[in-house]
Amino acid sequence: MNWLTILGLLPLIGSAAVFLLPREKEVLAKQLALGISSLVAVAGLAMATSFDRGVSGFQFVEKYSWIPAFGINYGLGVDGMALLLILLALILTPVVILACWNEAEGGRWSVKTFFALLLILETMMIGVFAATDIFLFYLFFEAMLIPVYFLIGGYGSGERAAAAVKFLLYSLFGGLLMLASIIGLYVVSGDQLGAATFDVSELQKLSLNNQTELLLFLGFFIAFAIKAPLWPFHTWLPDAAKAATPGTSVLLLGVLDKVGTYGMIRFCLSLFPDASKQLGPTIIVLSLISIFYGAFLAIWQSNGDIKRLISYTSISHFGFITLGIFAFTAQGQSGSILYMVNHGFSTAALFLIAGWMIARRNSSKVADFGGLQRVTPLLAWTFFIAGLSSLALPGLSSFVSEFLVLVGTFVRYPVAAVIGTLGIILAALYILIPVQRALHGPVLPGNENLKDLNLREKIAIAPVIALIIAFGFFPQVLLNVINPGAQASVAALNIEGDK
Amino acid sequence: MSLDYYLYLSALLFTIGAAGVLIRRNAIVVFMCIELMLNASNLAFVTFARMNGSIDGQIFAFFTMVVAACEVVVGLAIIVTIYRSRRSASVDDARLLKL
Amino acid sequence: MNVTSQMLVFLIAIPLFSAALLLLGGRALDKVGHIIGTLASTAAFAVGVIEFLAMLGRAPENRAVTQPLFTWIEVGNFNVGATLLLDQLSVCFVLLITGVGTLIHIYSIAYMSHDKDRRRFFAYLNFFIAAMLLLVLGDSYLSLYVGWEGVGLASYLLIGFWNQKPTYATAAKKAFIANRVGDVGLSLAVMIAFVQFGSVSFSGVAEGIEAGQTSSLALNTLGLALLLAAVGKSAQFPLQAWLGDAMAGPTPVSALIHAATMVTAGVYLISRSHFVFDAASVAQLCVVIVGAITLLFGAIIGMAKDDIKKALAASTMSQIGYMILATGLGPVGYAFAMMHLLTHGFFKAGMFLGAGSVMHGMNDEVDMRKYGGLRKYMPITFATFGLGYLAIIGVPPFAGFYSKDKIIEIALDAGGAKGIILGSITLLGAAITAFYMSRVMLMTFFGAKRWEAGAHPHESPALMTIPMIVLAIGSVSAGFFFNMGDRFINFLSPIFHSGESGHGEKEHLLPPIVVSALALTAVAIGVSIAIAKYGRGKAIPAVAPSDVSLWTKVARRDLLQDEFNETLFMRPGQELTKALAVIDEKVIDGAVRGVGSITLDVASGLRKTQTGFVRSYALWITVGAVGILAAIAVMSL
Repeated sequence: MNWLTILGLLPLIGSAAVFLLPREKEVLAKQLALGISSLVAVAGLAMATSFDRGVSGFQFVEKYSWIPAFGINYGLGVDGMALLLILLALILTPVVILACWNEAEGGRWSVKTFFALLLILETMMIGVFAATDIFLFYLFFEAMLIPVYFLIGGYGSGERAAAAVKFLLYSLFGGLLMLASIIGLYVVSGDQLGAATFDVSELQKLSLNNQTELLLFLGFFIAFAIKAPLWPFHTWLPDAAKAATPGTSVLLLGVLDKVGTYGMIRFCLSLFPDASKQLGPTIIVLSLISIFYGAFLAIWQSNGDIKRLISYTSISHFGFITLGIFAFTAQGQSGSILYMVNHGFSTAALFLIAGWMIARRNSSKVADFGGLQRVTPLLAWTFFIAGLSSLALPGLSSFVSEFLVLVGTFVRYPVAAVIGTLGIILAALYILIPVQRALHGPVLPGNENLKDLNLREKIAIAPVIALIIAFGFFPQVLLNVINPGAQASVAALNIEGDK
Repeated sequence: MSLDYYLYLSALLFTIGAAGVLIRRNAIVVFMCIELMLNASNLAFVTFARMNGSIDGQIFAFFTMVVAACEVVVGLAIIVTIYRSRRSASVDDARLLKL
Repeated sequence: MNVTSQMLVFLIAIPLFSAALLLLGGRALDKVGHIIGTLASTAAFAVGVIEFLAMLGRAPENRAVTQPLFTWIEVGNFNVGATLLLDQLSVCFVLLITGVGTLIHIYSIAYMSHDKDRRRFFAYLNFFIAAMLLLVLGDSYLSLYVGWEGVGLASYLLIGFWNQKPTYATAAKKAFIANRVGDVGLSLAVMIAFVQFGSVSFSGVAEGIEAGQTSSLALNTLGLALLLAAVGKSAQFPLQAWLGDAMAGPTPVSALIHAATMVTAGVYLISRSHFVFDAASVAQLCVVIVGAITLLFGAIIGMAKDDIKKALAASTMSQIGYMILATGLGPVGYAFAMMHLLTHGFFKAGMFLGAGSVMHGMNDEVDMRKYGGLRKYMPITFATFGLGYLAIIGVPPFAGFYSKDKIIEIALDAGGAKGIILGSITLLGAAITAFYMSRVMLMTFFGAKRWEAGAHPHESPALMTIPMIVLAIGSVSAGFFFNMGDRFINFLSPIFHSGESGHGEKEHLLPPIVVSALALTAVAIGVSIAIAKYGRGKAIPAVAPSDVSLWTKVARRDLLQDEFNETLFMRPGQELTKALAVIDEKVIDGAVRGVGSITLDVASGLRKTQTGFVRSYALWITVGAVGILAAIAVMSL
């Protein structure tokens, strides 16, 4: 059974159905989108139950020849990492649809288009994580930009058009560098393997000379570093996240950005092991800069814009993820993959709740809130819990992943781990300062009559909060899926001195 | 007689045509000069055909003539229409390419 | 040998469940929230007592029990199980936490009865109990870490319980961040332990050290990292600044968290890691130094405070300094530190509750200059507070005498100059303690009435006085009870191996009786000075006099601890943040936008070549064609 293809096609069909509805039937469009995405989520979870956790290779593999003249295949398959990221996308999509029920009203186009775009985006997200053919991956990687561009540019707020263009240009720039590298790989594979191919597992067999490998590595890495985003390729993120609707931001930071770190593991490490090892220390330094840079700017924004604040915290978190990836240890690798999932949930919670706060108060300035704990206790609590997860409080999900990353880094680069650990102090600052400003203190004028969460919002946020807490105590559920692949990936690097 | 002279003549005609296109303002004259360039190339084609002893060049000359004929039909029609609407056949007056 | 118990998990689960229930239950539970919370705490105490009795029933070497729950994290060779461990050390804490905790729950029913958020308060208290129990029951540094930050969170929530007041919210944040600095130490300790020993459980690390797997550099680093953690949590120098502000929380919280239990977690951590410190002499020396500095630091601040809670907080800091100092003195020190910890838990909690009772009767006034003569109006509070006072200054036969005296004794025995210095510091500390505690006592309960208008002091209800009485009984008898036949030391000796070193046979610098005499002399001096300054007939101005020595001024401002942190960390941090914000905007994003605007400039420059004249286009085409032909011609030459 072609699980992955079916999974990918369902939202696409759903999107067509939503799009064909008459323009006035807004509620029906929303309900249909919610229904389809929930169905896909259930199907995805059902698929996951038959995933074999003991092995490291791809499962649910599909492979059909697509453009034989160029050796391009329609190849799908998932390992533990890809499976979890797909599930993340599948769970977050219905949550976002439900949470952002009334978000599309201020858009440039109709409401149904918004939800149709979300469903298209879901297909793209499934495709990008499931593709095993590098050409297919590239296709989804770039095609993903289209719905996001329209979601930001058409339904965002403020300077949405400029932010959308900035996002698109940044991503395209990285994408083109990656395309050049892909073509380079294709050409080399033609020379070395007899038949040129885009298949990842075939391409791993290439032996490149150092110079070529470095260049090709950089093409991929810069594309992923922009996506991730790693310092200094990050400036698109705060603008995009600020302009986009909260729901779009959730998918953007929660899932799409993971394509960057996912790609680093899937392509950079496995295709260019030597270049990865050679540039590893440099990337570790960039990661550390990201951790602190993001944290300091988040602290700066704790007096500014709440959406920019959350996006800067994400830059800091992505620093941890890349740190773990390029530490080349089992703990670092597993920790990073787990971090991708956990960060998806905690940032999703933060953004959704921030979005509700902004919608209620009609302002995104932290300083305009104040005393929310008295007025809207539930809203305040959910924000606080999501914030605690973001600062990696033990017992909540992010802690395990952050700690694994640090332990994994410490094994190989103790100094980097010590520096990274200092970042947890800043994390406390960038969460607790806005928490104090927005939730504590006297109730500021204009906030007295804010409404607490309604039933729809409660239903939307409950599963996310529940998962944040559950994965804090039972991360092993995820780690069992992650470990085989992560260990194989590190073992394939063949680092001297490791047993 | 050496075939080279045909090529010299062809080059001369082409240059005259190109200079005419660049210098003259009247659209009809520019048009005639283009025809001159086309014919110069025709001459070159048949000369090369003769030199190489193959028939390709001559076939191309026919192609060119057909294209030239089509061009005259469309081109003259455009010029006449422009003249009707603007009372001028000067190419400098038709600057619609620039916004 | 390996005894397991299925009950340990209930110690944590009952209060945790109750906390969740109270938080999720919402307003519907407002009427019964305090009862549920108190029952949960009582149930945990009952479980603790049952486990304790079961433990006493076993032979000393079989007393530790474990309960493996599930595999928490397993990646490669990094394997941490969620396992609970109850041994002689943790059972002391379990009984202290649940026992004192339950008393404070009962007290809070009355103390918080007028607060409309009482249910939330009990939820937080229960959450604290659960987290603190997890802290002492975890069998590995990582499980301990969960409880460690859990109590930090509980402390944050409770300090900021009235966070509508901005200063209270700031105090809560300050406490959390100071703790976070300490947590860096704990994180690093776990990492070092994993890299050095391949294990993060206490037993794994202990075995690794015993097997001599590691260098002394690594051990000392590990010890210093643990010390950093302890310093943050226990408000020791140089991370002590948060404790005074933490008094913003309701008084029962100050009694439970910031006096009896949470702040002593640092002492627990060091005692728990005794195998590390015994093998790491540099780290151990640092422990002693930190303890010695803090014990004087806290005492000096305590002399200058007019706020009764802040005076008590400074005293807590100083007393924990004693404990930390003792843990730095090797095997025999741990047991005495634990003993002082327990007795301190009784008398300090009792005194805080007493302070709460006073505040309750005085319209939440905390300034001792506005008290005076309260002994007639609040007899029970006076009596219980007074017994706590006698215990803390170390008057025999009250609890503090036994525990503090022992610490002074082993400090003197530390050997050489070290022993003399430490001995003098502990004796000086005892004198200062006697002074400032007498000051508190005199200003509050004796002398003339200096009340604000509208104050009608009255004795607190029974729900508040009974816990105070129970704690007072503890303050009176615990020391004597623990010390009878060295039973406490013997109980703990399987953990610390203190029996082997033979505390009794060791050469003493001074005979114990002389030490006691010295300590009592110090106390007498302190008390006399206090009576001379604040005793009968001395006028105590309603506003603190400003014509005082520089020292007093500095002490009133907490020895400039906040100014120190501000100039050294906060301001540079703020400047750095500002600078980075500018760099992000101007340099990095500026570069990006620069590329964009350069593209635009080039484009508008090139636009000029598009004149619209067909003939100029034709000219360009010709020039281009000629140029290409020329290039080909040149290349083919």
